[in-house]
Amino acid sequence: MEVEGGSRSAGAGEDRTIPIQSGQPMAFFQFTQQNLPACKPVLTPAWVITACLLMGFIFIPIGLVTLRASHSVIEIVDQYDTECVPEVHKYMKAPIYIYYQLDNYYQNHRRNQIPNVVGFCLCICFDSKLTPRYLPESNHGLPIVPCGLIAWSFFNDTFKFIRERTELMVNRKNIAWKSDRDHKFGKQVYPFNFQNGTFTGGGSLDPSIPLSDQEDLIVWMRTAALPSFRKLYGRIEEDLDEGDLLEVHVMNNYNTYSFGGKKKLVLSTLSWLGGKNDFPGLAYVFIGCSSIIISIVFMLLHVKNPRAYGETAYLSWNRKSISG
Amino acid sequence: MVESSGRTKGKLRWSKLYSFSCFRATTGDVQELIGQPGFSRVVFGNEPQLHKTKPFKYTNNYVSTTKYNVVTFLPIALFEQFRRVANLYFLLTACLSVVNLAPYSPSSLIAPLVFVVGISMLKEAVEDWQRFLQDLSVNNRSVKTHLGNGIFVDKLWKELCVGDVVRVSKDEYFPSDLLLLSSSYEDGVCYVETMNLDGETSLKIKRCLETTLGVNEEKEFTRFKASIRCEDPNPNLYTFVGNLEFENRSYPLCPAQVLLRDSKLRNTDYIYGVVIFSGHDTKAVRNSTRSPSKRSRIERKMDYIIYLLFSILVLISFISSIGSALVLKYDMVKWWYLHLQNDDRYFNPSNPVVSAILQFIRALILYGYLIPISLYVSIEVVKVLQAMLINKDIEMYDEVTCKSVKARTSNLNEELGQVEMILSDKTGTLTCNQMEFRKCSIAGISYGGDINEVDLAASRRMNADVEAYRFSVHDSDTTSQSYEMFEFSVADINAQKAAPGGHEDMAIPILENSKISNVRKETFIKGFNFRDDRLLNKNWIHKSNSNDMTMFFRVMALCHTGIPVEDDHTDKLKYEAESPEEVAFLIASQEFGFQFCRRAQSTMVLKEVDPSSGKEMEREYKLLNLLEFSSSRKRMSVIVSDEDGQIFLLCKGADSIIFSRLGENGRSYQQETTSHLSSYAEDGLRTLAFAYRKLEEGEYQHWNLIFTKAKTTVGPQREELLEKASEMIEKDLILLGVAAVEDKLQKGVPECIDKLAQAGLKIWLLTGDKKETAINIGFACSLLRQDIKQFDISMSKEVESNNQLQAMKAEVLEKIGSSYQLMCEESNKDSPFSLVIDGKALEIALRNDVKDQFLQLAVNCASVICCRVSPKQKALITRLVKKYTGKTTLAIGDGANDVGMIQEADIGVGISGMEGMQAVMASDFSLPQFRFLERLLIVHGHWCYKRISKMVLYFVYKNIAFGLTLFYYELYTSFSGEVLYDDWYMVMFNVMLTSLPVISLGVFEQDVSSDLCLQLLTANLLHSAMQQFPALYRQGQKNVYFSWSRIIGWILNGVVASLVIFLSNIYILSPTAFRENGQVSDIAHLGAITYTCIIWTVNCQMALVITHFTWIQHLFIWGSILLWYTFLFLYGALPPDYSHRTFHLLLEAVGPAPLYWMVTLLVVIVSLLPYFLHIAIQRSFFPMDDHVIQEMKYYRKDVTENQIWLREQHNSQIMTQIGFSARVDARVQAFRGQLHQRKILIQRSVTNSPIYK
Repeated sequence: MEVEGGSRSAGAGEDRTIPIQSGQPMAFFQFTQQNLPACKPVLTPAWVITACLLMGFIFIPIGLVTLRASHSVIEIVDQYDTECVPEVHKYMKAPIYIYYQLDNYYQNHRRNQIPNVVGFCLCICFDSKLTPRYLPESNHGLPIVPCGLIAWSFFNDTFKFIRERTELMVNRKNIAWKSDRDHKFGKQVYPFNFQNGTFTGGGSLDPSIPLSDQEDLIVWMRTAALPSFRKLYGRIEEDLDEGDLLEVHVMNNYNTYSFGGKKKLVLSTLSWLGGKNDFPGLAYVFIGCSSIIISIVFMLLHVKNPRAYGETAYLSWNRKSISG
Repeated sequence: MVESSGRTKGKLRWSKLYSFSCFRATTGDVQELIGQPGFSRVVFGNEPQLHKTKPFKYTNNYVSTTKYNVVTFLPIALFEQFRRVANLYFLLTACLSVVNLAPYSPSSLIAPLVFVVGISMLKEAVEDWQRFLQDLSVNNRSVKTHLGNGIFVDKLWKELCVGDVVRVSKDEYFPSDLLLLSSSYEDGVCYVETMNLDGETSLKIKRCLETTLGVNEEKEFTRFKASIRCEDPNPNLYTFVGNLEFENRSYPLCPAQVLLRDSKLRNTDYIYGVVIFSGHDTKAVRNSTRSPSKRSRIERKMDYIIYLLFSILVLISFISSIGSALVLKYDMVKWWYLHLQNDDRYFNPSNPVVSAILQFIRALILYGYLIPISLYVSIEVVKVLQAMLINKDIEMYDEVTCKSVKARTSNLNEELGQVEMILSDKTGTLTCNQMEFRKCSIAGISYGGDINEVDLAASRRMNADVEAYRFSVHDSDTTSQSYEMFEFSVADINAQKAAPGGHEDMAIPILENSKISNVRKETFIKGFNFRDDRLLNKNWIHKSNSNDMTMFFRVMALCHTGIPVEDDHTDKLKYEAESPEEVAFLIASQEFGFQFCRRAQSTMVLKEVDPSSGKEMEREYKLLNLLEFSSSRKRMSVIVSDEDGQIFLLCKGADSIIFSRLGENGRSYQQETTSHLSSYAEDGLRTLAFAYRKLEEGEYQHWNLIFTKAKTTVGPQREELLEKASEMIEKDLILLGVAAVEDKLQKGVPECIDKLAQAGLKIWLLTGDKKETAINIGFACSLLRQDIKQFDISMSKEVESNNQLQAMKAEVLEKIGSSYQLMCEESNKDSPFSLVIDGKALEIALRNDVKDQFLQLAVNCASVICCRVSPKQKALITRLVKKYTGKTTLAIGDGANDVGMIQEADIGVGISGMEGMQAVMASDFSLPQFRFLERLLIVHGHWCYKRISKMVLYFVYKNIAFGLTLFYYELYTSFSGEVLYDDWYMVMFNVMLTSLPVISLGVFEQDVSSDLCLQLLTANLLHSAMQQFPALYRQGQKNVYFSWSRIIGWILNGVVASLVIFLSNIYILSPTAFRENGQVSDIAHLGAITYTCIIWTVNCQMALVITHFTWIQHLFIWGSILLWYTFLFLYGALPPDYSHRTFHLLLEAVGPAPLYWMVTLLVVIVSLLPYFLHIAIQRSFFPMDDHVIQEMKYYRKDVTENQIWLREQHNSQIMTQIGFSARVDARVQAFRGQLHQRKILIQRSVTNSPIYK
């Protein structure tokens, strides 16, 4: 091959210039010759060890901070049937968020989603073409607002919190997403013809309040992703002290017994990260520690059994001749 | 010189020049067949109008090589498309979507399918269109055709029909199979070049029937009428049975009268012929086979991956449907909130089986993301781009022909990286079909011999070692030999320095070629590449043995069948002769001062230099007899008498034949000549020995009587008598010397073969040419060398003449058997073997019951040369080799005779340099020159292989990582078939968010770059690292990057990624609040966050896969991620009617939540960790070749440690057995051996000497 070297090298210089002179930009020429300037990182042990260590040093602090945030959250979970007396075991600073939790409840079932018109229907809900088939009932062809199975199965348990015989104020405003209130659920749309057939599903709505103000409905309408889910009920805007006994008056309307679903009431404070969940913190710490261990193991292996990088003895033909 | 123009030729009666008739009379028995089935064709010569009606209506002369026509394109192309499993699956899903069973909208399923199929079909259409254009240009060539009344007009080829009389002029192709009627020569012969049919370079002589000799004027054709009865169209090139009825008499016809399409008229001004077979009936077209659509190995394996994925798909769909049915039957009925009714087909509690089936179908489509539909589109796009880059590569641009490499189908780019076997044609592919006079040995002295290239290279390498060697040898042992050796190499170096433009530095490795200086010669004479001042410029007349020299040159100038042609520009003549080798001799003799200037009927005129005076004078020689060359005689003689009446027999021929006919007094130079001969042969030169004999008048007269009598004999014993007669006179010869001509190799061929051999490729030479020529070329290309054991399988004469199948088979089998046994015995010695087989033997060897043994032997040989093979055999060998070895084969050729092989091989490469286009038309890649094959395979092939395989694996990974999350989510929705993601996310996934990085991988990835090497000391070398380490290519041959273990590995990687992504999201986001305002995540949030993780993961995975980042890769990878956020933002900004759940998702809900970003970081890191660890461990502890070379480049070792770099280059080459370097290695070994022995000898003598004691 080198035979041509001499003649080629003389000619090659010219070759290279021809296309450029003929008006093509240099970059395009480099592109067609697959000769663009490129960075070719090589994964040397130094890189591996540095990357792992760096990862460890970033992940562990994040994990610890996250864990701390999670631990700062106080959460009371209480399953209720008829009565529910959660005990505050630690001081809870306001606002305290109240959730109801349903287990083994498939709000994410596809049948719920089939006329995927949740928001749509609620705003301009007078297009009867969209509704008939999946509505539980349509009374004499009249439209139903709000429509859809999810609305029909509206959760309607209510809770009243009494601490030492005084009722705690539960703020039930601002529990839904702002965009839902402002854009999806019409301000001029009022419940109409809802839950008034022979077969009633979940809760009913006050027909005098526009949908955009029915925040518990809006929260319910947000499809839960998993069969076990919490939904925001309201907020207690008073601090709760350790040892406080809360008496919860439950209006147990919603039927979960027929399919073995569980209902729970959750009281929880929040951190900057949200609710109580140790998983992310633990995961971060675990991954951080693992990567440091990996880097140490890698370092040890490398010290014990170093491979000179770019060492030619590792080329297959050399290895073959060694073994052969 | 005026009379020696073209016209003179026409007046010659060539038949008289030849004392042997070329053709035996046809035997009568086959004639009886005419009229029988299979021999029923009737042609009315010069009456084409009779062929307008049945039953004599034959096909017209239009030849089409296209795959489709307007009508058949759609059905056939569609059928081809839906032979791909995946396409069929997507067609099915599209159909289902129309009947409302699919989870997605019909348009989102149909559009990509139409796109994929459309692009592929468009590609097919464009390729076929090109074929059509090519056909058009062939069909629109024109030929002079008889219109009537002796008027000839131009007619397009395609309009020609059977019965037409045509006139074909010199150097034109025959438009169809013609029956030769007459030619410009009085005796009705013409010369035909059949290179396109059988690859043979020497011209073939055709001869018309005596009865039609007279019709050689245009006006004669007014009343000419003849009818021809002959065989039906068939593909057999060498047979023809028919008879001509002319003037109420019937004459038998034989192949000698038939001019075949695709062959070319040479050395003859014009011929008249009548069309007997046209268009698709012609033998050449019958010989061609339809071009099959080829698929690469990776693509075929990809089908299996698709099957695998499809079975995973079916499995999880099955799980889903069963799960769904169980839930429906036992649980769902209790779920009042779903308000189950019998109206819903999917959830019909009264009929769970139907629901399960429907769910199954739905799930099949839902999880369709496991089957990467966009893979096909991406691969098509990538391959087109790759092909474009291949076409644009300036390193593969031929300045001479202004052509560049063309990938004619882009289907096979990656297959180029896996080739293990190259089947090459010779003429026009390796050689340029041009002979050059290179060397000669006259009277025992060799002339024109620059130092043998191999020796030069070997000594150069020794030189590098000698220093070290000298020190290792004891001071006292510095043998004369090693000193001599050192001197020798120094001398070379000096010579090299002195050469114009020679290399100054000596660090140039192994391969150095003295040919460079030849290229730069100021005056270049075609066919004459000889530099030796001793002979040129008439210097030879001062030599002592000028008499021998004169005789030598006379033999060269007189013993031939050539004729001079005028060259307008100079006083030098050009020559035409039957074989290019004779032309080379004539040109050489002209250069030496023996210009052959005229040939008359029985005289030859030379303008020769008189050695005594040094003046030029014309001399006339009387040509008394000409004993023609034939392959069995292997010699040719002329008997001439000079002006003084002295009679000479001048003879040239194969050395063995000549040597056996030397007289006692003629052997004076035999020993030297023999040694020269072997060195010439080693260099791949074709040699002919020259000898002469002086005849006494009486002796000649006596012999001439016998000879004339033999000549006039009619009957079977004629041949024998002539043979005997010539034996009588061609004896007691006096050896003059040998001349060596080089069948000129194309530029860069030996080096290219060398590199390819280092890359682990085996090269088989398949040629239609003679065995000797083939072997010469084998030597010239270093496919053969003297120290390789050569098996020669050919039929012995007796067996061949008996033509008995059993005996032939027995002989071939015996030869194969013994060769194989020998091979087995010596296999441990690591010595290579080569195999030479000729067409006849091959025919037997390729029979079903013999082929296994043959292939077993052939495959184990380092090189195989098949000579005298027909186009069909070439194709057959290719097919058998492909099938037997299961390895990727590449066939390369330039002529129509290679078409079969090109189509049969996994990759067909056509050489586009020559005028014939058939090979290029049938090929997958066309190269202007053979030498570009190296870069095409080793650089582009390797890259494309790696790119495509990485790309496919990544696609599999990507789709598994994404598709499985859909399935996992099903487990949480009671198998109801709910989708976690928005429809638009799904559409975007393959189309926008992950496609561009893959394409950039497929187009730009380079494991080892082709950067010009920056070696300071060898600034002359402009070769990529890849070309320096052809051994990297073996990765492709072993299919390292697309092995099942890798495929499974990537699938597992995808599974791990999908699990990590899904589970982390589920556990982190549920059920507690994910923001400080207390909101919990719903299905939209979980979907968006999970999807973000997927986009990050697959794109970062891409960044880990890529080893070569240009700004394009960066742009695509990071741009894709950015694009996702942009998309999410814009989609969310749409009114809720359009954006549904995604409304204000990013800005309001997800973006401000710190947990969202933490999840992303965590998931990306965790899901990439396994792969990262894998590559870190692999690189650190089990590095592969490309890793090490990357590292060497990275640390710039090529610059700082030049020696190592060079040494590695050398080491990587060591394993080869054929090629130039291997030859050099062998030579160095031999030198070392000698040196060592000498050393031992001296040592012994020293230690034994009394002084030492």
